[in-house]
Order: sequence, then C-alpha cells, then structure tokens
Amino acid sequence: METTVPAIELRGICKYFGKIVANKNVNLIVEKGEILSILGENGSGKTTLMNMIAGIYQPDDGMIYINGQEASIHSPKDAFSYKIGMIHQHFKLIDVFSAAENIVLGIKEKGKYDLKKEKESIRTICDKYGFIIDLDKKIYSMSVSEKQTVEIVKVLYRGADILILDEPTAVLTPQETVKLFDVMRAMKKDGKSIVIITHKLNEVMEISDRVAVLRKGESVGSVLTKDTNPEELTALMVGKKVELNIDRSEPKNCEDRLIIRDLNCRNREGAKIISNVTFTAKSGEIFGIAGIAGSGQRELLESIAGLQKLESGEILYNDPESGKQENLRNKTPMQIRHLGVRLSFVPEDRLGMGLVGNMDIIDNVMLRSYRKGHSAFLRRKEPKTLAEKIIRDLEVVTPDAKTPVRRLSGGNVQKVLVGREIASAPKVLMVAYPVRGLDINSSYTIYNLLNEQKNGGASIIFVGEDLDVLIALCDRIMVICGGQVTGIVDARTTTKEEIGLLMTKTGGEEQ
Amino acid sequence: MSHVAPHAEPLIRLSKRDAMPSWKGMLVRILGILLGVALSSLFIVLVTDLNPIEVFTSLFDGCFGTPRRIWNLFQNTAILLCISLAVTPAYKMKFWNIGAEGQVLMGAAATAACMIYFGNTINQWLLIPIMIVASLFAGMVWGMIPAFFKAYFNTNETLFTLMMNYVATQIVAFLITYWENPKGSNSVGVINAATKAGWFPYLFGKQYLVNIIVVVVLTAIMYIYLKYSKHGYEISVVGESENTARYIGINVKKVILRTMALSGALCGLAGLLLVAGSGHTVSTSTAGGRGFTAILVSWLAKFNPAVMTLTSFLIVFFERGAAQIATAFRMNESLADIITGIILFFIIGSEFFLNYKVNFRHKHKEVA
Repeated sequence: METTVPAIELRGICKYFGKIVANKNVNLIVEKGEILSILGENGSGKTTLMNMIAGIYQPDDGMIYINGQEASIHSPKDAFSYKIGMIHQHFKLIDVFSAAENIVLGIKEKGKYDLKKEKESIRTICDKYGFIIDLDKKIYSMSVSEKQTVEIVKVLYRGADILILDEPTAVLTPQETVKLFDVMRAMKKDGKSIVIITHKLNEVMEISDRVAVLRKGESVGSVLTKDTNPEELTALMVGKKVELNIDRSEPKNCEDRLIIRDLNCRNREGAKIISNVTFTAKSGEIFGIAGIAGSGQRELLESIAGLQKLESGEILYNDPESGKQENLRNKTPMQIRHLGVRLSFVPEDRLGMGLVGNMDIIDNVMLRSYRKGHSAFLRRKEPKTLAEKIIRDLEVVTPDAKTPVRRLSGGNVQKVLVGREIASAPKVLMVAYPVRGLDINSSYTIYNLLNEQKNGGASIIFVGEDLDVLIALCDRIMVICGGQVTGIVDARTTTKEEIGLLMTKTGGEEQ
Repeated sequence: MSHVAPHAEPLIRLSKRDAMPSWKGMLVRILGILLGVALSSLFIVLVTDLNPIEVFTSLFDGCFGTPRRIWNLFQNTAILLCISLAVTPAYKMKFWNIGAEGQVLMGAAATAACMIYFGNTINQWLLIPIMIVASLFAGMVWGMIPAFFKAYFNTNETLFTLMMNYVATQIVAFLITYWENPKGSNSVGVINAATKAGWFPYLFGKQYLVNIIVVVVLTAIMYIYLKYSKHGYEISVVGESENTARYIGINVKKVILRTMALSGALCGLAGLLLVAGSGHTVSTSTAGGRGFTAILVSWLAKFNPAVMTLTSFLIVFFERGAAQIATAFRMNESLADIITGIILFFIIGSEFFLNYKVNFRHKHKEVA
C-alpha cells in the first residue's frame, strides 16, 4: 500500500509479568488495508502484544502510535475509540442473549433502545462483507463458527477499522476457515487492517500480505508473504539451536510399556480432538510430544490417565512385574490403580488438577495415598515424612510443610507435584509442560528427576513446548498437529526446523 | 477523546490481602462488633430517646437475666449450632445447600408423626430410637434428592434446595390440618401432653440438657470427621477442585450423595431436637429461619465446628437480647431486627477487611 502513515506502529514495547518477560522491545507496523500475520511459537508473546493494542494490558514501556498519533489505550473501550477491535480466542458473549443483543451490548447511544433499528444496521454490515448470520439466534444454540461471526460483526458494528483476530482458525473446520478468509478479504478490500495470530503456516501463506515473527517475546522481523516460504518462516520462528547441557543417557532395557493404538476422541463440543493416534512408549526412555498448544496433547494424556472418554482405540499397558497386558481404555483412574498399573501424571494445570491450592503440602502429598488401609481416619504420619523428604530433596522453598501450596512460587509448586508423582515409583510417568514458568535452576531440577526416573526404567512421556529442551532431553519425539501424529523423529538426529514444520503441518498433507 | 496521563488510578482500589496474623484478625472482628454496637446505640438514641446504656443492659438481661433465659439462650444456640454443623460438610464441598430449613422441617414432621402414631402403643425406650431413625431418614431423603440431581444431571443445587423448602413447608402445613388438635385450632398443639410419650427426658430436671449434650457431642464428632477422616478429606478435595478429585480417582458423584445424605440427616436431627427435645409440637415455623442463619454461622466460622460454637452463640445472643429490648421498652419487634441487622452487618463487614486491603490513590506505587 502506498499510504504513508501506518495504522498501528509499536515502538519498543515491553511487558513483564513479575520476573517473566512477555514482550521485550517489540517494534511492529500494521499498514492500512493489509492483512498481517503474527507468527510465533507458544509463549512467544503474540497474544500479550495484541492484548496491549486492544487495551486489556498496558505496556510497561514503549509507545503505541495509531494513525501516526501517540495513543494510550487503557481499556477495550479506549481501543474502540481508536477503532481497534479484537476477537479473542475465548469468545466473550452472553449465552442467553441473541446475536443481535450481543452485538449492540454496551453501546451507549442517545435515544431509546430500538433493537429493530439496530438490527437493520447490523444487517447492512453483514451484507457488505458477506457474513451469514441469524440475528435472533441465541448464542447457546450456536456453533463455534457462528459465535466467531458474531464476535467479528460485534467489532465491526462498533466501527473498528483495525481488527485483531487471535487464532481464529484454531476452532474452525477447513470449510469454515475458507469462509472466514473470504470475509477477511472482503474487509481488506474495504480498507480495514487485519492482524491475525496463527501458528498454521499454510494459512499464513494463503491469507496474509505480510508476516511478522515473534520469538521469545521479541520481534525478529517481518517479511512480505510473497517473498518467503514456510521453511524460511519456520527458521525465523524457532531461531538458532540453543545448546542446553542436559545429560542424556542411552536408553537401557527398552521394552514396550505403553502401546497406544488408533486413539480417537472428541471434546465436549463434539469436535474431533485426537484422531488415529498410534505410538508406543518404551521403558527406560523419554518419549517427547511436541506440538502447538491445543493440538490434543492434554486430551491424549488425560485419555491415558482415565480422565477422558474415548471414541475408539486401545491403550495397552504391559505390566513388567506380572508380564500381563492390561487395556486401560475407558477405565476410571481408580480402576486403573486397582489393576496395579503404576501410572503417574503431572498435569498441565498444576493447581487446578494436580494439587489443591488451599491445602498444605502434607495434605497434597497425601492425595495419592490417603486411601491406604481400612481405617476411616487419615494417617498423616507417612505423608508428613514424605512431604519433608520432598522439601529436603528437591529444595522446595517453603516456611514449612503446613503451608498451603498456593502460597508457594510456581517452581516450588511444581516440585511438590513432581515429587509426589515420582514417590510412588511409577512405571509410566506422564508430564505436561513440567517447566512452564519455572526458572533455570528449577527447570534443571525437573530434568534431572526425569532422567533419574528414566534410568530407573520408567517410561516417561514428556509433553513440552520448548523445542530446544525437547531435542536435548528426549530420546524420541512425536509431533502432533490438530490431533494427528505428523511424525515420530529421533531426538538425537532431528532439527528444530524439521519439528517446526511437522508441528504446523495440517492434516491431509503428504509427509 | 481526552486521554489523561498514563497510570491514572481510581481513587479507591481494592486488593486481596495475604492472611493476617490471627490476633490481628480477632482484633478487627472485635472492633467490628464494637462499631456495630456503637452505631446501633446511636440509632437508638436518635430514634427513641432512650439511654443506650440502659438498652444494652437489657440486652444482657434478656440473655442472662434469669436461669430460664440462660437455658433458653443455650437451647437456641444448640439448635442453631446443630443446623450449622449439618450444613457445614455441604458447604465445604461447595454444594450450596440452602435447603436446611426444609430438611429440618421434614425431620420435625417425621418425629411428630412417630409421637402421634406410636405414642400410646410403643414403649418410651423403643419409641425414641424409632423417632431418631425416622427423623434422620426424613432429613436425609430431603437432602439427597437435590444431591442426586446435581450429581447425575448437574442441576443447580441452590434453586433445587430452595424449592424443596417450599415443598417441605406445604407438607407440614398439610400434616397440621390432618393432625389438628384440638379441632379447629389449625395447630397440632402439644403432642402427648398427658403421657409425655416421645419427649426427651429431663436430665437433672433440666428440660434442654439432652439437646445441649447431643449438640456438644456432635460438634466434637463433626470436628474430627472433617479434619481427620478420609471422608472429610474427600469433601475438601471435591470442594476445592472437582478436577483434582477426578484426577486422583475420587468418585465425585458418590461423595456428593454421601455428603448431602449426612448433611440432610443432621438437619433431620435438628428437627428431632426441636420437636422431642423442646417444643413438643410441630408447625410450619418450627425451623424458624435457622436453616438460613446456620449458613451464616458456618461461613463466619470458616467451617470450623469449634469456632461455630462461638459464632452461633454470638448470633443467638444478639437475637435474644434484641428481642428483650423490644419487650422491655415496649418497642416494636422491628427494633430488635434492626439492631441485630446492624450488628450482623458489622460482623460480616469485618470479614471483608480481613480479606481485602483498601488502597487510596496517593500511595502511588506499582507493585509487580
């Protein structure tokens, strides 16, 4: 575009959450009438950055210029006054209201509330860009794609000229994505600027005019889509290989411990979340799982742990002690335990699933073992010893064992959780994002613990997001994308680029 | 659009407070009560021209003036405490049981039914166990119905338990017309007034002693149950995080049903104490709103049965004292309600200041 002044210009934006750097010195330009893709790995700060433009957060440092004017955006309302609207990943709609009611909600206009008149102006917008929407339909009876349409219309109705879409295609079927892209092109034709956050390289190539890449909170540059290719973008996204000094021993005594065959499952909305996943986790190795967040990692682990209903498939566990094979499919966590399966699970949501925030360390350590014995009463003696042992061995920083875990820092919370899970000498240990939010030292403590378990013959399934860590720690890495396995690679020989490409490969493509 | 300088903070900002030392907490609470007393004194002076000191003397007089009043005070505390103990496991599980009223009424109705139908045929020592079983069972059923629907269909327990109250009230209203004695009085009257069949014995000649002892024992049991039993532990886990409960293999449905069975049964027990241990009659107002006050007692005590003895006592103390003020100074009944209201407002209000810090704008310091 020939326009001189960019729609949005960010200069030196920084945002910190406590010690964690979300964005550092980010410079970004959004031209008028272009579609800009923001690309980056999980946790590279894309959403945080966009939230600052949309008024959800305020930058700690740096400047935002809208149409060349310095702007201070303190709330979504401020953002609207600059004609900026954001469509969030999690929709912010009121279920019991109709589409039209949601769209006009919160707009202060003089005169009487006249839904009929408003509906007409909404319809004009819809016709202009080709949205198909039933304005009287209640949100709760809508599909995800319909809800998304409502969100977009809502933003347009407020007169937005700059639209930010946070992973809009993550929840859509391919056909719905095509429709969305048509609408986006129509909006662009009308002179609107659109920013789209996405992980999917093929979509980036298809829809955007320009791509800006973020890595670890910093902008690493932007390229015109027509001048680039997926390989180059992947390289920009993942960056150079970082050498980590994580000890990795050769796997010993590998036996097939956990065999997953043709696993399929759907989420509550009925969308397919895991399709035909097949793999075998062996004893004495760390089996990594890489993928964009929300590609089915959580559901996969929860299926194995007995927390997720399956459509089809088998989960077979080879008991090393009895030599028997058990099928864990659709069993409750209790039934799995009664089969004598020694399965431990460190879930992603530490305080929401793995631990109880308001309980102290002893009571949290007791979660796995409190049922022991026939007495109706609890025995806190062994859990207390174990809690003290975990505090000592893993160097948990806490006043005492009677401190509620929610008062501990993230790393210490994780140490308590991992400590408890490995205390039962598991044969299979599943960990999801075990070092997320942890500092370097705590991270290495966790890596060492995992390696100890590996050398002790446990089969470890490690879901991670940092590719450097996955490559340095794991023995094999399975990559999933959109609930499908796109490849299983040898961690010793693979490259970040290879994994990055597999991560963004949407289903149906040839390997 | 006019955009003021960055970091324009609102005048008053609330932020969550870390736990404060318990002595400080106690101080805030006592201060809250004192403020409440002061404000209600001011109110009394302004509205009635009475001497507030005299008024508050009569408050104590209403509670401790005569041995009868003291016994009444403890009896009422015991009943309120009993219902509070009953709702506690449910609340600890984050099951919003506002149906204690109905569960108490069902227990009371079951007790009255046993007394009326078996009073003249069954020996006293057999009758009372039957009454106990019947009242516990009636309350339990009333508690388990909403629990069942919550566990299997995820219905909203607040609405459900609330509506069960109305059903219970109607059932009792029906029973009253059915059991009416004497005819045309529209009340049941004192059941078995002549034979005293099914009445709790007067221990050492004291009518309410049995009730009080039962509740004291129950308090201790509940304390141990919640803190040291596996059931109590499961209740806490389910209440704090259902996800964690499922992850660890707790059968959440079972825990909900079991806990509400217990909660309902103990409400039924309160009904038994109300009919067999004190009133010897049943009416639609037998529970008298205690099912709701109990929720307050339980939350104020943060579900600690030992502390509940204090909170229930405090509430009954102010209620009875305020009632005495109304009679002594020939004031309208509402005066008592207003005084209790003001003081309760301050007691609950102090909990707010225990949990939140109030920050004013001029203290301009960003905390990361």
